[in-house]
Amino acid sequence: MADSENRKAYWRANLKLTAISLAVWFTISYLAGIVFVEQLNTIHLGGYKLGFWFAQQGSMYGFVIIIFVYARRMAAIDRKYGVHD
Amino acid sequence: MELQTLTFIVVGATFALYIGIAFWARASTTSEFYVAGAGIHPVANGMATAADWMSAASFISMAGLIAFFGYGGSVFLMGWTGGYVLLAMLLAPYLRKYGKFTVPEFIGDRYYSKLARIVAVLCLIVASVTYVIGQMKGIGVAFSRFLEVGYDMGLVVGMGIVFIYAVMGGMKGITYTQIAQYCVLITAYTIPAIFISLNLTGNPIPQIGLGSMMVGTDTYLLDRLDQVVTELGFNQYTTTSRLGTLNTFVYTLSLMIGTAGLPHVIIRFFTVPKVSDARVSAGWALVFITLLYTTAPGVAAMARLNLHETIHPAGGEELVYEQRPDWFRKWETTGLLKFEDKNGDGRITYNADPKTNEMVKVDRDIMVLANPEIAGLPNWVIALVAAGGLAAALSTAAGLLLAIASSISHDLLKGVFKPEINEKQELLASRIAMAGAIGLAGYLGFNPPDFAAGTVALAFGLAASSIFPALMMGVYFKRINKEGAIAGMIAGITITLLYVFQHKGIMFISSTSYLGDMSPNWFLGIEPNAFGAVGALINFAVAFTVSMMTAAPPDHIQHLVEDIRIPAGASSASSH
Repeated sequence: MADSENRKAYWRANLKLTAISLAVWFTISYLAGIVFVEQLNTIHLGGYKLGFWFAQQGSMYGFVIIIFVYARRMAAIDRKYGVHD
Repeated sequence: MELQTLTFIVVGATFALYIGIAFWARASTTSEFYVAGAGIHPVANGMATAADWMSAASFISMAGLIAFFGYGGSVFLMGWTGGYVLLAMLLAPYLRKYGKFTVPEFIGDRYYSKLARIVAVLCLIVASVTYVIGQMKGIGVAFSRFLEVGYDMGLVVGMGIVFIYAVMGGMKGITYTQIAQYCVLITAYTIPAIFISLNLTGNPIPQIGLGSMMVGTDTYLLDRLDQVVTELGFNQYTTTSRLGTLNTFVYTLSLMIGTAGLPHVIIRFFTVPKVSDARVSAGWALVFITLLYTTAPGVAAMARLNLHETIHPAGGEELVYEQRPDWFRKWETTGLLKFEDKNGDGRITYNADPKTNEMVKVDRDIMVLANPEIAGLPNWVIALVAAGGLAAALSTAAGLLLAIASSISHDLLKGVFKPEINEKQELLASRIAMAGAIGLAGYLGFNPPDFAAGTVALAFGLAASSIFPALMMGVYFKRINKEGAIAGMIAGITITLLYVFQHKGIMFISSTSYLGDMSPNWFLGIEPNAFGAVGALINFAVAFTVSMMTAAPPDHIQHLVEDIRIPAGASSASSH
């Protein structure tokens, strides 16, 4: 039973982290690069319009960071619940 | 040295390297053949995944698409990278934990059904075969354009190389060759980009150069480009979307889901030793992919600007046709550039008005292929670009062929029709299946079916609407049963195919399309290529509804799902 409770808690922690990561994923690509691109384009980052920058540069850097942060946090969660490989 | 000779030397050297690796990395067990013995370091696997993923289309065509669509080309950049986030979080670790050899195998076990496994095999084969045709064409074209040997000859040489390392080494041989191929293709892509960025902006890093000022002026490069293209009547570069916000949104989503659902990418994550490695490895894969993908927008914008400035320098006169540069002449002979002196003044007019525009053909692929020549780079760089394009096409073809071969020998033969064969027989069968797949791909390369052009979209559509939802629900929703999964997959594929065929013609024969390929007929203005996400949605909805109306999956399946959610015990799939 304890083991099963532990597994459930582990899965909840995983789902929470996944949901947060997906929210960031959605924000930097779909919101910043597509839906609100015109509004962001009024701001400039050097020669880049900010919305354009998110669509052609920033979203991709963000994706890389999301995966590594997720992998690190997940590794910590694995160890916390004693289910690491 | 002459360009031709140099190109032969560079391409020959890379081929010798791939064959050398093939002899060194032979596979002696089925585990080595299918998943490289699950012993690949996560960074190495990331690099191999990047080469596996980046096809001739990424290497040659993507920058050209961005150059002509500007902001509208962003769907490819975001769509083809964002899928790795989904893969890293939603699929790769769990499928690695399950510890089997193929994607259909997981679907068959999770949904306790041989029928589900066969449906998955069919989706995989259709998606992979259509995809591989494009690679074969890419190999033939690269040979005929750079080495001036015939398309057919090029195809035979390309197939021969893949045959040697894929049949001998399976996944093990393919992995190590892909690592070498990544190094070749990224060098070939970035060197011209660095020089062009340096020429135009004084900054060697294209990602920064694109946001910098032009050398010797106080005008930003992108502002200049916007000005140049709008003056000629083209759409503004940095702001014009292709077909509206909703279509952009759905297209990006379809490419992301499709990327995460393509079997030849997923199986790469079966090769790492641990579950946690699968997560990290997806991150590394994206690092290596992003290196090229964030360079592409710079290449695109700078090549477009160079093209316009060559033909009609700002404040100057239009280029006199007789004084056109060498690269212009050279690409004219390939038919990819075409000039027609409509007003008879001997000068080149290039604008957006089809009546007066005299650049009647500017093929998008030129943007990457002619880049080094436009920038005046030495011949060895041009030779390197040829080797890079070939590396991109070969590495993707090999990955796809392995996915096809393993689903035939492992899923169909060992899994369904002849479960009694032993490992040695299965290894032989997988080699024969691989040889057969290469033969089939070669045949389709020689005789590209009419629908070849539309097929990559079909591959993504199928992966998005069938494979991704089935895998994701298999991990996240214990209640999804075999009836739901099969109904969902069939519904997702059917609706996607119907939509594509409705607008593009049955099997892409356009005369059979029952609603024309015109935007007014599109559902909510969504183009057929972008429909995979809608198919995925329908797959989810049908799978849930049907599962709720039928019996829950048996207990051992619910335990199996609980088990794959936990990383511990990764090497043994049957710890219960």
